Amino acid sequence: MNIFVCVKQVPDTETKIVPSADGTFIETSSIKWIMNPYDEYAVEQALLVQAANAGSTVTVVRVGSSKDTEALRTAMAMGADDAFLVEAADNLDSYSIAKALKGAILKSGKTPDLILTGKQAIDDDCLQVPQILATMLDLPSVSVVVEYTGTASDITVKREVEGGSLEVYGVKLPAMIACNKGINTPRYASLPGIMKAKKKPLTTLSLADVGVSDADRRVKYSNFQLPPEKPPGKKFDATDAAKTGAVVKEVVGLLRTEAKVI
Amino acid sequence: MAKILVFTELHGAHVKGVTLEILGKLSGHTVEVAAIGKIPSEATADLAKFGAAKVHSLNGAGLDKYSPEGYANALHTFIAAGSFDYVFAGATSLGKDLLPRLATKFDAGMASEVTNFVMEGDKFAGTRPLFAGKCFAKVELTGPKPHFVTVRPNALGMNANPTAGAATAADAAVDAGTIRAMIKEIVKGTSEKLDLTEANIIVSGGRAMKDSANFKVLEDLANVIGATVGASRAAVDSGFAPHAMQVGQTGKTVAPSLYIACGISGAIQHLAGMRTSKVIVAINSDPDAPIFTKADYGIVGDLFTVVPLLTQEFKNLLGK
Repeated sequence: MNIFVCVKQVPDTETKIVPSADGTFIETSSIKWIMNPYDEYAVEQALLVQAANAGSTVTVVRVGSSKDTEALRTAMAMGADDAFLVEAADNLDSYSIAKALKGAILKSGKTPDLILTGKQAIDDDCLQVPQILATMLDLPSVSVVVEYTGTASDITVKREVEGGSLEVYGVKLPAMIACNKGINTPRYASLPGIMKAKKKPLTTLSLADVGVSDADRRVKYSNFQLPPEKPPGKKFDATDAAKTGAVVKEVVGLLRTEAKVI
Repeated sequence: MAKILVFTELHGAHVKGVTLEILGKLSGHTVEVAAIGKIPSEATADLAKFGAAKVHSLNGAGLDKYSPEGYANALHTFIAAGSFDYVFAGATSLGKDLLPRLATKFDAGMASEVTNFVMEGDKFAGTRPLFAGKCFAKVELTGPKPHFVTVRPNALGMNANPTAGAATAADAAVDAGTIRAMIKEIVKGTSEKLDLTEANIIVSGGRAMKDSANFKVLEDLANVIGATVGASRAAVDSGFAPHAMQVGQTGKTVAPSLYIACGISGAIQHLAGMRTSKVIVAINSDPDAPIFTKADYGIVGDLFTVVPLLTQEFKNLLGK
């Protein structure tokens, strides 16, 4: 099977975010980049499917800045065979990213049997790329998948929806699947894996190589700003059991009269 | 004037609250509503109250349950025929899955999960959180029309004085086309309550819950105030609660009117999922827990003492 995994590189959760001076994005110079956490599930799922289907290859594709190749190196250290990087700014919109991913997959010369990705990237949280890419490639696809079973030709996946309910889909491959937490437990890259990853092929492409231009931008951002500072709240000490009743009474009263939410 | 369609899901006799929030926000514009299936009269009455000019019930073979391809094909034809400029939907499980597919069929753009928006004349301008809510930005759409937008439930709030619409009923036959990814079965979740993403009040428990059985304390409170119970990643990873209950970066993003965090320290990844809640109450025995910096009302104390008292006090207040 030709298995593809689309990954994104995002700022580490703990990173301090500062809007750029022109307000069109964030300051990226001092950011620590990591692989989007949901994409780790996709890489792991690709490796599990590869292990179950002898002769399969796992190719990782990413669109973004070439300053740091952490996400691709991590994926290859986990076990992916090769990688494609489409060099681009880190603030491309979902439509352009999906079109670039499609272009890179076509450029690889391999026809995908299965494309995996995380359900969303935790930078812009759009939750669009998997569905756009599937539509562009005219592949059946299921998003927010928490369980994956099947063969090289037929799979059953469970998609999580409201209230913890699961939609169970039967899908014939080729298909595109977007993974949620719960689908598997991603492995850690081993030291030999990390060493081996350095020798695995990483092909760099430009946006022009994959047919993407400024004309493909569909979403424009401006006016990036920090959320308004919340005024400090009221804090009550209920560590003394004798006072707890009075504190609770006061807070419940405030929720009705001041916050007006009850 | 922009031609606007709001796509809605049907749940029994009603539409989801977020549909009415969107309609209320678009008050003053001519807005049509479409759903897959027959829109019941109760739902039509609600849509009329919030300003729907026309309500379209779309029917066709293969659309009795959701499928990404079937719904996208059916709506694609309908929207193209109606030459809409904008299509709005709630950022629900279905909305988030469907709208990017639909937008791509038009080679069009989409703004995901906006928390507010305005129509500047005929032009949409939205606001949305990025980087786990650490910043906000203005979002605009460009390129081929129609433009697509999903709106986070509970973020806009209900318009208290909406302008009513005629809600003229119309039926349209649509074609689901070829469906390759098909639902074989739906496994119902255990909760009958509103989903976390739609709940108006949420009571969440963290690591300090110590055990899954202790969530009963939160459920008792939730039952009194009509809340849905959530959990932090620490509680989920410790096996106290299923992942479907997780609020935070690798769980659900929520925006209720009231969020009560019990025994949750307030790690960045949890704040990412709930920081846009309107009012936050935190109960934690550690006075230095980061959650207190985000809380409107913080109670330093043991949750197993405080929460049952809260439940009793709300019972008294609400006459239950």
